[in-house]
Amino acid sequence: MNDSQIRGAEIVIKSLVAENAKFIFGYPGGAIMPVYDALYDYMDQIQHILTRHEQGAIHAAQGYARVSGKVGVCIATSGPGATNLITGMADALIDSTPLVCITGQVLSPLLGTDAFQETDVVGISMPATKWNIQVRRVEDIAPAIAKGFHIARSGRPGPVLIDITKDAQVALGDFNYVPCLNIRSYRPYPKVPDTVIEEAAALINKAKRPYLLYGQGVVLGKAESQLKAFLDKTGIPAACTLLGTGALSEDHPNYVGKLGMHGNYAPNLLTNKCDVLISVGMRFDDRVTGDVKRYAKQAKVIHLELDPAEIDKIVKADVPVLGDCKVSLEKLTEKVENKEHPEWIKQFRVLEAEEKRVVVGNDISPTKIGLTMGEVIRHINEFKADDAILVTDVGQHQMVAWRYFNYKTTRTQVTSGGLGTMGFALPAALGAQLHDYSREVICVVGDGGIQMTIQELGTIMQTKAPVKVVLLNNNFLGMVRQWQQLFFDKRYSFTELDNPDFIKIAEAYNFKVQKVDERADLRQAVAEMFVHDGPYFLEVKVEKEDNVFPMIATGSSVEEVRLK
Amino acid sequence: MKRRYTISVFTENFIGILSRITLIFTRRGINIDGFTASESREEGIYRITIEVNTTEAQIIQLSRQIEKIIDVIKAFYYIDDEMVFQEIALYKIPIESIDAGLEVVIRQYNAKIISAEKGFVVIEMTGHKKDTQDLLEVLKDFNVLEFVRSGRVAVAKPMVSIDKYL
Repeated sequence: MNDSQIRGAEIVIKSLVAENAKFIFGYPGGAIMPVYDALYDYMDQIQHILTRHEQGAIHAAQGYARVSGKVGVCIATSGPGATNLITGMADALIDSTPLVCITGQVLSPLLGTDAFQETDVVGISMPATKWNIQVRRVEDIAPAIAKGFHIARSGRPGPVLIDITKDAQVALGDFNYVPCLNIRSYRPYPKVPDTVIEEAAALINKAKRPYLLYGQGVVLGKAESQLKAFLDKTGIPAACTLLGTGALSEDHPNYVGKLGMHGNYAPNLLTNKCDVLISVGMRFDDRVTGDVKRYAKQAKVIHLELDPAEIDKIVKADVPVLGDCKVSLEKLTEKVENKEHPEWIKQFRVLEAEEKRVVVGNDISPTKIGLTMGEVIRHINEFKADDAILVTDVGQHQMVAWRYFNYKTTRTQVTSGGLGTMGFALPAALGAQLHDYSREVICVVGDGGIQMTIQELGTIMQTKAPVKVVLLNNNFLGMVRQWQQLFFDKRYSFTELDNPDFIKIAEAYNFKVQKVDERADLRQAVAEMFVHDGPYFLEVKVEKEDNVFPMIATGSSVEEVRLK
Repeated sequence: MKRRYTISVFTENFIGILSRITLIFTRRGINIDGFTASESREEGIYRITIEVNTTEAQIIQLSRQIEKIIDVIKAFYYIDDEMVFQEIALYKIPIESIDAGLEVVIRQYNAKIISAEKGFVVIEMTGHKKDTQDLLEVLKDFNVLEFVRSGRVAVAKPMVSIDKYL
């Protein structure tokens, strides 16, 4: 040993600093204690956020990553600390969120012996990570972290897990951080071949009713301006997926709405009327396609996609355009003709007007007595800044908020899309807010979901992050109740909740609070929330048994989208 | 239409890689009929041969998902006609069963006795599953104490080499 050697635990922290990680979301415990001890000397270089549960830590890291575009970092101890991260890893994998998760592990001689707080987290997390590794030697720590960051953020992003035994954390080693730039078995950016660009452009130029669907790939690929340029030139109508929302401003003339089970009427219905379907950075989730056997069968499909495993997975692509959509959109824009499709877009507008008449009006400007979720969002739109970030949980409020929130810019939509993780919103909102205290972060959450991670009110209190929590309380697990009403003969099996006094809870956590149960008070309450500088908790008592429409029932085709 | 496919996977020598690969089959509920792994011609690169009975659409997806694993260099899939493959089988026969009839069988099947121990001999045969299975049926008359058959090892007929992916 020589004087320059440091402990593995310090190498962990120095590696994170070398990767420019600003935040660590974590929770200490036995097997990770050396890392926490090392952290004590680096508090001026990296900020640790102590959540109240490891699930809170990883969702906060996700919220941070989604808004910042950077890699979220979280740390937990072995055993239960590590297993509590699993839901977040699965969520980050399916929603392509870059994360580096570091867990402590028991001493290497004890591995496999059922030691205290030992769990095979590498085994457990395998299907929930893009890559994972167990490090048992101090000299392997920095290279593993370097490789982890590279894998997490490159190509289609995702979570990685690095499990470090306690003896590796306390052993002495040299620190020499070499960023990882290349792994020979990993090609994150397939090169876009010019021939398929020609083929795709020819199809688009001939198309009478071309239609573009964009997903989160546009956001992850930082291709928002390329998408806009392509749409400006081609005049093609465009609809977004849940996670693609915000990649194009909803004020853009070609924007026609949202796809999926509770998306808009026209974009779903007309999927089966287009002649060329261009999908950009989306993966044809079953919530988007409905019955895939009756999905866009009439159309030629052009699929711009970075991940080869997504090509032909659900919908067969006539022209697969494998590669970075930023590059392929740019190349395509050069090859396509200047066009407009006024007649075709008008078909969308006609159906849009019908949706407004039948659904939207009653949702956002109701005349009935009970408050609706939609009118709360309408008032939020009234006062929010253009770059406000909406973080939602999972369920009815998620779909309503998504439908009516006015998205103007990219990376303003944070929600658990693929996995549908209840409990996601509160910690994710904290992570999103930490990225930038000057931006408004509105956390819209239901009374079911908030109780899954309600302890994170404590983390918001401790960080003083000025998150605006809007609890839409219907005393029901509303989405499940809606399904029970529509598909299970109104047998409301275990969906009604006896709730605590949320206001008292939020007050106990030092939030400024307000509760609204009458329409007359709503607008003023929302206005006050936006003025307050600090954590705010607004509870709105909404109608108990409202439903979200339009809806494509499971097993139905996109053209069977129901308005009521 | 389902048929027999062989996937040839080239991987880095990375702990857990076999689990990651098999998880892809587990998740879709696809049975692995044969599985062999060993170091390839290149030092440090492993070659895994997996046999499955499935459809073409599914084998394409499986191969792509295997290739998506960070430490997998390349996955190729083939139908039987595109490969030259062999399996090895061992048969343990009690010494009392040895008679002139056994010699005839061994010659006929091009098998061989590779070990003679006190009390038993071990016969080895390489070939396709059908061949080793036929021999097993015949040897049953000689009282087979133990039988084991390997997964297939296979080389591809198409002249693609892993070199261009390194």
